[in-house]
Amino acid sequence: MAETENNKILEVKNLRTYFYTDDGVVKAVDGVSFDLKKGETLGIVGETGCGKSVTALSILRLIPEPMGKIVEGEIIFDGKDLLKLGQKELQNFRGNRISMIFQDPMTSLNPVYTVGNQVMESLVVHRKLSKEEARRGSLKLLEMVGIPEPKRRFASYPHEFSGGMRQRVMIAMAIANSPSVLIADEPTTALDVTIQAQILELMDELKSKTNSSIIIITHDLGVVAKYANRVMVMYAGKPIEFSNVDNIFYKPMHPYTIGLMKSITRLDEKNRKKLKPIEGLPPSLIDLPKGCIFRIRCKYAINQCKKEYPPLVEIEKDHRVSCYRAKEFMDGILERFGN
Amino acid sequence: MASIKELEVLEEIETGKKYSRTSLYKDAWKRLKKNKLAMLGLSIVILLILIAIFAPLISPYNPISRIKEDSSLGPGMNHLFGTDLLGRDIFSRVIYGSRISIEVGVIAVGISVIIGLFFGALSGYFGGISDAVIMRVADIFFAFPYILGAIAIMTILGPGIVNIFIAIGILGWASIARIFRSSILTIKNKEYIEAARAMGASNNRIIIKHIFPNSFAPIIVYATMNVGIAIIVEAALSFLGIGVQPPTPAWGKMLADSMAYIDTAPWMMFFPGLAILITVLGFVLLGDGLRDAFDPKLR
Repeated sequence: MAETENNKILEVKNLRTYFYTDDGVVKAVDGVSFDLKKGETLGIVGETGCGKSVTALSILRLIPEPMGKIVEGEIIFDGKDLLKLGQKELQNFRGNRISMIFQDPMTSLNPVYTVGNQVMESLVVHRKLSKEEARRGSLKLLEMVGIPEPKRRFASYPHEFSGGMRQRVMIAMAIANSPSVLIADEPTTALDVTIQAQILELMDELKSKTNSSIIIITHDLGVVAKYANRVMVMYAGKPIEFSNVDNIFYKPMHPYTIGLMKSITRLDEKNRKKLKPIEGLPPSLIDLPKGCIFRIRCKYAINQCKKEYPPLVEIEKDHRVSCYRAKEFMDGILERFGN
Repeated sequence: MASIKELEVLEEIETGKKYSRTSLYKDAWKRLKKNKLAMLGLSIVILLILIAIFAPLISPYNPISRIKEDSSLGPGMNHLFGTDLLGRDIFSRVIYGSRISIEVGVIAVGISVIIGLFFGALSGYFGGISDAVIMRVADIFFAFPYILGAIAIMTILGPGIVNIFIAIGILGWASIARIFRSSILTIKNKEYIEAARAMGASNNRIIIKHIFPNSFAPIIVYATMNVGIAIIVEAALSFLGIGVQPPTPAWGKMLADSMAYIDTAPWMMFFPGLAILITVLGFVLLGDGLRDAFDPKLR
């Protein structure tokens, strides 16, 4: 194992992605920084519209221009800043070194081509394989992702596949060139629960086989708990807490994360309580409140929260929180899961 | 290593012999086959094309040779559709006339489709200034009534078959561009385009491999129907005397020549008119059937 610094495969620094709409500037991603280590699974969680997906799309620079724009930041992958690359170089990275699995497998496959043809495409585009080699390669990939009778299924069209099978095909396409980073943007949201588990198992299995890293974006905390090594919690375009999975689940220090944890059912819970939703709604990304973005919904808010946005600070080893009162949670002065 | 058996399987996959596959276009064909009117249209179109190709073999007379003593004969055994004022066999002239009509229909619409696809792709995929400019130019084309525009262009270029291709071809591009643009706009935002981009596909690849095949259906429908319209416009131009020049047999011209004798020799007008009617009907029925076949709502 190399030293810790070289262990980082991807580093995102102070990423800001804004969308310019008629109503104003939407700060979809506003100062996100994180790193991804080799072989780890990073979970990004948060509610709808908090900037998870935009973060993922920004990494591959798939933000639809000119509406959206990455205004600031660095995305260091393998020593190179992806934001500085030209279109051609970028295309070499996409689907090759970094690939992505999309949310809805029902619409992510082109309806006019056979499944095999589409898996072949990623091999042809990046590896310049001959048709015959690509065909053999994609048969192997289809087998790897657990498509039964790959030879027969090769010639099927996407509409002949179920959602779970299509997502398997998407995964086959994504891992075709053994990428170092696999970004999965809510890979299981459109699937039913049993298939969800299968797909996630498959991704986990392939990760250990290919030694790649995964960024999994989800709002399903159960998924995060099971598969992620570290978790970044986002709220209104900002990372608010970033730590390993145990800390997030058992020692959360941001009132929002605490709120999230209270709002999920736990099997290990003895005395059944009512679930506690977080009151209120997330702020509009166009018109963010001054100071802490969560303070309006936060019952721990103090005067300082109104004045300035709390910076993301490392409160203990590997645990970053952006809350003025995090220390009080840590020291046990404030009760997390009380009442 | 691939065994022989594996290669055989691969071949079967390639040829699709063993396993039934249904693609968008195969599905459409299946539905089209069930549509009787569309199949009637298709038969008319195919028959017409065959007639046009084999005109010299089918027609009993030379379409431009005049037989003085046969002038203005009604339909009969010798002359199935009768003869015109100059003693030319109308049956043969109608048969040869199909050549002009089919040529104009196919070539002129082909020109519109090529121009329209190019500009439609440009404006739909890239948007921005090119979109604005192209669509404003298209608006200008829409501002002219079709036939008026054709007359204007023909007066500038002068009569002749090649100029008809150009006139009708140029006039038709705007609608094709519009249609293609709008279908690109819907396809462009589909997730599989984003997925292709995430996979590292280049712009060209995305346009050619992913957007084109998915946005082709409306173009096929529109182009088919437009062939019928192009044939009518050609007939109208020839009728007005600024289209195909005599002695080349063209249906529109035949109508114009026989106009004065409508009460004394109605067959001179009836048969070319019928030919135009059937031809246009054939293309429109086919186009209509294609639209139904491609319409995903009917699935």
